[in-house]
This record gives sequence, C-alpha cells and structure tokens, in this order.
Amino acid sequence: MRKIGVFVCHCGINIAGTVDVKAVVDLLKDYPGVAYIQDYKYMCSDPGQNLIKTKIKELNLDGVVVAACSPTLHEATFRGASESVGLNPYRTEIANIREQCSWVHHDKAAATAKAQLIIKAAIEKVKLDEELQPVKVPITRRAMVIGGGIAGIQAALSIANSGYEVVLVERQSSIGGHMAQLSETFPTLDCSQCILTPKMVEVAQHHKIKLLAYATVEDVSGFVGNFKVKIKQKARYVDWDKCTGCGICMEKCPVKVPSEFDEELANRKAIYTPFPQAVPNKPVLDSAHCTYFKTGKCQICKKLCPFDAIDYTQTDTFIEEDVGAIVVATGYELYSLKSLPEYGGGKIVDVIDGLTFERILSASGPYGGIVRRPSDGQVPREVVFIKCVGSRDPENHFPYCSKVCCMYTTKHAMLYKHRVPEGQAYVFYMDVRADGKGYEEFYQRAATEDQVVYLRGKVAKLYRENGKVVVTGIDTLSNRMIEIKADLVVLASAIRPAAGITELAKLLKIGIDQNGFLTEAHPKLRPVESLTAGVYLAGCAQAPRDIPDAVAQAAGAAAMVTTLFARDYLYHEPIIAGVNTDLCSGCGICVGVCPYAARSLNRSKGVVEVNEILCEGCGACVAACPSGAAQQKNLTDEQIHQMIKAILT
Amino acid sequence: MAEKIILTHQKINGPDAEVIHEISGVNVFACYQCGNCSATCPAVDFMDIPPHQIMRNLQLGLVNEVLNTKTPWICLACLSCSVKCPRSLDIARVMEGCRNLILRRKYEYFNIHTLDSETRLKLPPIALIANFRKNLL
Amino acid sequence: MEIGYYPGCTLKTSARNFERTALAVLELLGIKAVELSEWYCCGVNFSQVQDNLMLQLAPLRTLMKARDSGFTRILTLCTMCYNTLRRASLFLQADEERQRIINDFMDRGAASYRGDEVTVIDLLTLFREIGISEIGHKIGRSGIDLKVAPYYGCMLLRPREVAVDDASDPTIMEEVLQSVGCQPVAYPMRIECCGSYQIVNEPAVVWQRTRLIVESARQNGAEVMVVLCPLCHYNLDSVQLEIQRTDSRFQTLPVLYLTQLLALLAGIGEGNDWSLHSVDPRPILKAKGLL
Ligand SMILES: Cc1cc2nc3c(=O)[nH]c(=O)nc-3n(C[C@H](O)[C@H](O)[C@H](O)COP(=O)(O)OP(=O)(O)OC[C@H]3O[C@@H](n4cnc5c(N)ncnc54)[C@H](O)[C@@H]3O)c2cc1C
Ligand code: SF4
Ligand code: SF4
Repeated sequence: MRKIGVFVCHCGINIAGTVDVKAVVDLLKDYPGVAYIQDYKYMCSDPGQNLIKTKIKELNLDGVVVAACSPTLHEATFRGASESVGLNPYRTEIANIREQCSWVHHDKAAATAKAQLIIKAAIEKVKLDEELQPVKVPITRRAMVIGGGIAGIQAALSIANSGYEVVLVERQSSIGGHMAQLSETFPTLDCSQCILTPKMVEVAQHHKIKLLAYATVEDVSGFVGNFKVKIKQKARYVDWDKCTGCGICMEKCPVKVPSEFDEELANRKAIYTPFPQAVPNKPVLDSAHCTYFKTGKCQICKKLCPFDAIDYTQTDTFIEEDVGAIVVATGYELYSLKSLPEYGGGKIVDVIDGLTFERILSASGPYGGIVRRPSDGQVPREVVFIKCVGSRDPENHFPYCSKVCCMYTTKHAMLYKHRVPEGQAYVFYMDVRADGKGYEEFYQRAATEDQVVYLRGKVAKLYRENGKVVVTGIDTLSNRMIEIKADLVVLASAIRPAAGITELAKLLKIGIDQNGFLTEAHPKLRPVESLTAGVYLAGCAQAPRDIPDAVAQAAGAAAMVTTLFARDYLYHEPIIAGVNTDLCSGCGICVGVCPYAARSLNRSKGVVEVNEILCEGCGACVAACPSGAAQQKNLTDEQIHQMIKAILT
Repeated sequence: MAEKIILTHQKINGPDAEVIHEISGVNVFACYQCGNCSATCPAVDFMDIPPHQIMRNLQLGLVNEVLNTKTPWICLACLSCSVKCPRSLDIARVMEGCRNLILRRKYEYFNIHTLDSETRLKLPPIALIANFRKNLL
Repeated sequence: MEIGYYPGCTLKTSARNFERTALAVLELLGIKAVELSEWYCCGVNFSQVQDNLMLQLAPLRTLMKARDSGFTRILTLCTMCYNTLRRASLFLQADEERQRIINDFMDRGAASYRGDEVTVIDLLTLFREIGISEIGHKIGRSGIDLKVAPYYGCMLLRPREVAVDDASDPTIMEEVLQSVGCQPVAYPMRIECCGSYQIVNEPAVVWQRTRLIVESARQNGAEVMVVLCPLCHYNLDSVQLEIQRTDSRFQTLPVLYLTQLLALLAGIGEGNDWSLHSVDPRPILKAKGLL
C-alpha cells in the first residue's frame, strides 16, 4: 500500500468560500492509502510548500495529491517541491478543486462532496503512478537562417558571433534583401548600402557562416535540436569555385532583361549579379532568357570566361543540413500595383511604388540619383505621395497598417525636395504614425523645412491626362476637395509577406495569420518564437517593420537560439505513449493516426516503436490501438478505471 | 461645399504668401493642425474661420480666401495662441501679417469718422490708439 | 530710491486714479518715480510686423530719451506700455542690422542705441524687488475680510519673453494681496483676454469676455476685482453696466486698480475720482471700513 499525503488548499476564499475544506479533510482522513491529510490557506506559498516537503520526509510519503487550482498553474511548483526532497515528481498529482469545482458551483454541500470525489480519483491515480524520468535528447548546435535580408543577416551574424555554425539560405543570388535597394534610410538619412554592405561582407567572410545563395528549402523533418533540412541549390550555370567575379561575362552578354533589382527601370544581362556589391559577388545565368538555352547558339560567356567557369550542364542539386534551430527571415514584397485598379492598376507609367522611387533616388540607381519620371525622363515638378495604399483597407485590400510607409513617404518627400528644391511634394495621408525614436522630429522636419504639404485624406481617383496624372482627393482638415496635376505619383503600397511563405510555413509546421504573415507564439511575451519549438521568426516575415525593429527582432531570435544551444540536452516530458511489445500485433493502425510521426513499424520485430522525442502524449494512438498495447505513461487504462471507480462508488 | 482647390507649387508659394511670410516671419508649414490656437482664442466665437484654419489655408496657398475673412480683424493680439502653440508658431504675427498685407494695399479697415463724437470722447485713448495701430497703416 | 517713470497716454486722463494712487503708494514704500522729461506715446500695441522698422521708432525714441536723461531703468504702470516698450527693446537687441537702420534714421547727433541700455520694468516686478513682506509690513492691515479677484489679462504674461511671472500660472498679485491682508480669490479666467481694443470696432467681443471674466470671479466669491491695465479697467468696468441693462440678473463687480486698493489700505484716501468708475466701488469699500 502506498503512503500518500493529501494537501488541501483553501486558496483564500477561492476554494474555501464554496468548498468546506475542513469537512473534506475529515471525510478523507481514513481513505485507503492516505497516510496524512492537511488543509492550508495558500498551499503554493513557501510555508505551504514547506509543509509538503516536511511531511514527505517525515512520513516517508511515496505519493502526493495537492488539491488546489488547475495543474497548468502550479503543477510544476508542487512537483518541484516533491522532487527537492527526493520524491519522483511524477508521483505528485493535482486534484483541481478550484476551476473544476469551487469556481463553477454555488451549492456548498454539493461542491464539498464533489471536491472529495475529485481528490479520491487523484489518490487512485497516484497509487498506480510510475516513477518517470524526463526524456533526454542531445542538441545539434548549429542553426539555419532562411532569408538573407537585414533580419537574416543580423540573426546569422549574432548566432555565428556566439561561436555556433550557421547555414544561411537565400533564394536570390545575393544576400541583402530590400535594404540593398533603398537609397537613404529614415530617420537619419544614412546611405542604405553604406551601412548594409559591411554586414554583407562580414557574412561572406565569417568562418562560422555557410552561405547558400540561390538556394531554397525543400523539406524539413525532425524536431527542436534535431532538424534535418533538405535544400535545393538552383543551377547557376557558373562554377562559383572557379569564378572570380571578374564580370567579363556580364559585360559581353548580348541579352538585356529588365532588372528586378532596379524595379525594371534599367536592364541587366542574362548572366548577371543583381547589383555591383552583391554577396557573393558571382553571377548566375538566367536560363529563361539566355540565347544559348533558347536557341543552342551564342556561348559568348563561355568563350570569354578566362577561368572556364561557365557550365551549361549544371543542374539543380540537393543538400542536406542538420541543424538544431531555424530562424525564418524571409521578409516582404510590395503589394502589386496590378491589384490596385483604383490607382491605375499598374498601367500608368508615372504611377510607381515606393521601392521604384527608392531606385530613382539612389545615387547608384538607373538615373544616377537624378529624380526623373519613368515615362519621359523629365524631372517631375509636382509629386504626389499617397499613403495607406492597400493597407488599412479591410473592405478592399488588407486591414493592417504596413507600419513603414509613414516614415519612408516622409523620407521620399524630403529627399525629393533635396534633389528638386523648386519642386513641390504632397502627401495624402490618413494619419502620420511616427512612433520610433526620432521619427516625429523627422516628420516635422519634412513639413517645416521642406514644406511638404500634408493633405489629410485618401485619394479617390487618379487618371492620366495630357502627360500628367490628375489626382483628386479631399483634405479633411480644410474640408476642401483637392486636385493636383502631378508629374509623378508614388504609392506606398501595402507590405505583403514574401511569395512562397505559405509553402515554407507548411514545411516548418509553423502558423500563418489571417494576413499571411508568420504567427508568433505569443504577441507580447513570445514575439520571436513560432509555436513550433526551435523555429524562430525575424523581420518582415512576421509583420511589417522597419530596419531598427527588424534588427532588434533578429538579435532577439538569435538570443533564443543561443539560449537553446547553451544547454547540453533537451528534456522532454515523459508522459508519452509507449508500446507494450507483448501485446502489440504490429497492425500499424497507430502509425497512421499519430499526428507527430512519432510511431513507426519495426517490420523485422513485428512491433511498433515510438520516438519518445517526437511523441507529444496526445493519446490518439492509445484510443486507436485495438489490442491495448499502446498505453500512455501514468495515464494507463487501469489508472483511468480506478479513478472512475473511485468517483462512482 | 466650397470650391475645389487646384494645388500647384506656384499657388502654394505665391507672392502674397511670400509677403505674409516676410511680414510675420512665421513658417506656416510648421503648423501640424493641432487646433490649440483656436481652442484657446478668446475671440474665436466672433471669427468666421478659426485661427488654425487660417494657418491651414495659408499652407494650401489660399491667401485670398484668408484675406477675405473677418478673422484677422477680430483678432485681439492677446497672444494666447502664440503662447500655446506647441510648434512655437506666433499665430498672432500671422494675423498681423494678414492685416498688414491688406492695409498696405491702401485699404483702411477702420474709419474714425464712423464713430460718433460721444463714443469717441468716452473711449480711453489707449483703446483708440490700439485700434488705429491694428486697423490703419 | 529713484526710478524713471513713463506714464503713457491714458494715465494722465481716464486712468488718473491709477497714476495718483500708484505714485502715492510708491512714495510710501520709499520709491521716488521721476517722470521722464520727454516721452512719446508707445503705440500701445507692439507692432508684430517684422519687415517695417518705422513702427518701432516711437517706443525706441522714448527709451533713448530716458537713457539721455541718465536713467538705466524706467517704470511703467500701464501693462500695455510695459509690453510695448519691453518688446521694442528686445526686438532691437536681437539684431545688429536693425540697430544700424534705426540709429541711422534717428535724430542727427543722437548717440546710437542698442536696446539694452535702459531696462523697462512693471509695477509687480518692482514690488517683488521691494519685497512682498515689506509691502505687507508697510501697507497691510489685519481684519479686513475683503475677497479680491486679481486679474492679469494678457500683457503682463505674453509673450513669454516679457512675462513678469509664470505665463500660465502667475502668483505675484495673489502674493501681494495676501501680504496686505486681503483674500485673493482663485478663479479660472484671471489670465484671459478682456477683448482689448475691439471695444471700438467689435464691442460684442468685449461684452462676451467681460461677462465671462466677471461671472467667473463672482462665482468664486470675489467682492472686487483688481487690474493693472487702463484698457482692461475700462472694458471690464464700463461694459458691466451695459450688460446689466440687457440682463438684469447680471451681478456687477467693482473693478479697481491694484494701487487704489493698496492706497486705501495704507490709509491714503485722496487721489480717487470715483466718477471714473462705472460700477461704484464705494459701497463695498465702506462696508469693509476702507472708506
Ligand atoms: C519603399 C520602402 C522604403 C523603406 N525605407 C526604409 C528606411 O528608410 N528605413 C527603415 O528602417 N526601413 C525602411 N523600409 C523597410 C525595410 O525595407 C525593411 O524593414 C527591411 O528591409 C526588412 O528586412 P527583412 O530582412 O525582414 O526583409 P527583406 O529585406 O525582404 O529580406 C528578406 C530576404 O529573404 C529572402 N527570401 C524570401 N523568401 C525566401 C525563401 N523562401 N527562401 C530563401 N530566401 C527567401 C529574400 O530574397 C530576401 O533577400 C522601407 C521599405 C520600403 C518598402
Ligand atoms: S496651435 Fe500651432 S500647430 Fe496647432 S493648429 Fe495652431 S498654429 Fe498650428
Ligand atoms: S492673438 Fe488673435 S488669434 Fe491669437 S488668440 Fe488672441 S485673438 Fe485669437
């Protein structure tokens, strides 16, 4: 017979107000197996815990029932108390007489009777509880970062600088992401590339970072501490081991393709690097546009390459990497103007999006930093900026705020005025959200010093007329309709998650919110974790944000990774479903029902085996097993029967 | 509803706007339309448009509309607005600028002969001189 | 102590009560206010125009004359004079180009003026210098249960550069009143504008303001109101009778210059021409034993 201690908590009046605690103690003191029973005002307090500890030692108890609040709150507390005096923690059970009893009843007599039954059931469970040990798993101390924008770069550098290896997977041929496209950055107006490229170079030179550019994630298996990731290295048709990045091929290639990096304002070649400071600074060959791939002729690059690096026979290859943690930093893309018929649907050449304007402003951009409009190359004199295009519009587009547009539009208007002092910048806005450090001052500077005219209202309509774009809106501050014949219109279109995020999220088994961004584990307290252990989030993949926030979040995600890596082992709850091999017939039904792929059939032995790390103890297999071979530890059929019996008799 | 505004750089930076800027020394573009000036103005009930609207209209280059309102003439030069403005704009000076722009066009807002002699004698000199100062050039 | 004194246009006429009682009180406090031998109208309202220096000539010429007469400080009683003269000096001090143009224009032979040679001060600042407790000591009386609403108006407090006290929460008048044994009344409208020169063109503004200010003081228990500006006095006092004519429920409140009250407390009975008051203050003053 077990020697069980029962400790009944009053929880102030939370329990004692509805349950007659003294009566419960009285009724149960002679219950079989109960060696000691006592009530106390607050069992979770230090004196309460000390009472439990003292009695375990004094009376040599081998099981404990704490009748108190929900196990989600204090199970860990009481199991910890037991463990500290040498009692196996899995021999301490909670009888929930608060949420499941006192809080939901008024009738004191009935509640008291029910509390007693709940405690009896718990006593019966403890009687059959085994001593369990947490499952221990080693950790692969190596991380993967998916996406090489500023967030991914920061995460990779932070982890690598803590001494751990990082595999950085970027689907473009260069890292840098959107920040590489920006001209100057708010609110300090420092040159984007000037502050970004040193970090890109640091990644390239870091001996702990393995950079896989022009690569994508194809499959992910495993679990926290032990992921296996299959990566596709897309065919580059250039042998990067031989290539020195001399650039002769790009110079001589006769094929011109609109440059994605320059938002199609300029051309690149069929063999190209997206921009001169690319990292890695080696070209890839775009087979969809290459004349050789289309017609079998040309081969100019191959003939001219001094290092014989061109290899038309390359194919996609697959690589497998073992990592313990993954940071997802796949960033954003802009909502396509094609989806915005109210603003020309992308058909009016002089109606452009923010990134296109960044390229126009950029000193290394297609116009050498001279502000010209795309249609005729004229310097625009009247420029209208429209904010909240697609954002904050639940009816037609997206309900959320894209967060960065207020500031980049302010920046755009300001930079435009710096380049074209005799021009006029107008901003149509619904609010100016300037919540970062120095942002409000930045906005006020644009209005005050650069005389940017802020018009409060949404533009209803714009159309092309006589080489101008006519913009009509209202200014709700003056209650006047406004018409502007603009030379150029810049739309701050919504920030959207990068294409392919849904598929990637599925591979990683992480959630996506109603707007398509990755879901964090808790919006306030766990903002850089996903709900899947070992997978962390950084940058615009989770929600629109600016560079300082993306960097901070990336550093936070990296800190979570290194915290994980600081441990020798991961421990896993031992409440898992085992297999009684004597009973198992090897039918394999359970293998199919397990949602965590924890069960597999060992054909040679003819029985099912369990991967204890993967098993989450959900019990699906237990219910499915026709022979009763699948049993949940410390929740066996026998235990459940005894508990029911205690309640019914 | 008032007439639609066709905005241009020229309109916003027109010569009259320039003159008001010169007379007052105030950069109206710094105003962020919080409305504090109007909220504090003791004479606002008597104005046809409140002070912050004067600022808004000047930002939009609607100088003529501003000059056609009674507001600058109702202004008491009490400086309540100027002390309250979070952007430290001297709105009272803008009012003075508007008055002066008109007065400089040889228009006298006030004619002493319209006062009957009894009133004239009753009023203290301080009231009359202050009035001349604001309404005549 | 001797100090230069600039009267301004109204103190010799409708604000005689202010000048006479102020000079008498100052004498009692040991200050001899010597009227400038030559002075001009200050213009009343400081011109806020930035591009026309002509409008600053009148106040600046007065200050130059004061300097030439050997004064380094001059006192103004009228708050509008204070405001205009003080701001004119600051305006000149702020810019050397302005100084050059103004001095070029001034009378031949006059020594040039920078704006900081003569300091303009107001009565309350002078009181603070003398010492509030000293004033209480020399003038105060105990046992006078008079509830007084101090009214600041605009010109002592705005703009901030010339404010004689905290621009949004001044206390100096209250301190003076307390020290001489009166009960200062706290009321929200004490720094609101009275309507100023609109008494000429748009008297409705002044009517509205006066009603607001007087009722606010009354509701908070005031028995008299004290002011330091002849225009405020005229507006707040004379308009009350007109308001009462259209609304008999309106309760009037006598308005005095602060110095009238101080003089009476000090036992100086002469100097007051009661016909210059619209709301007769004598009944309440008699009731309190001050007349
Ligand atoms: C017009 C405009 C102007 C801006 N100006 C400023 C500014 O002045 N200051 C400021 O602070 N912020 C500014 N921002 C915001 C700034 O661009 C972002 O905060 C920042 O770029 C976010 O970085 P990121 O790494 O999260 O995303 P990204 O820059 O989008 O990087 C994501 C990277 O992941 C890669 N990737 C995506 N999917 C995959 C995949 N499945 N597998 C592998 N790789 C993948 C992409 O190729 C890309 O390289 C601006 C934004 C816009 C639109
Ligand atoms: S108080 Fe200043 S900022 Fe606010 S509306 Fe008036 S002028 Fe503009
Ligand atoms: S100065 Fe004129 S506009 Fe400003 S608060 Fe006074 S009356 Fe109103």
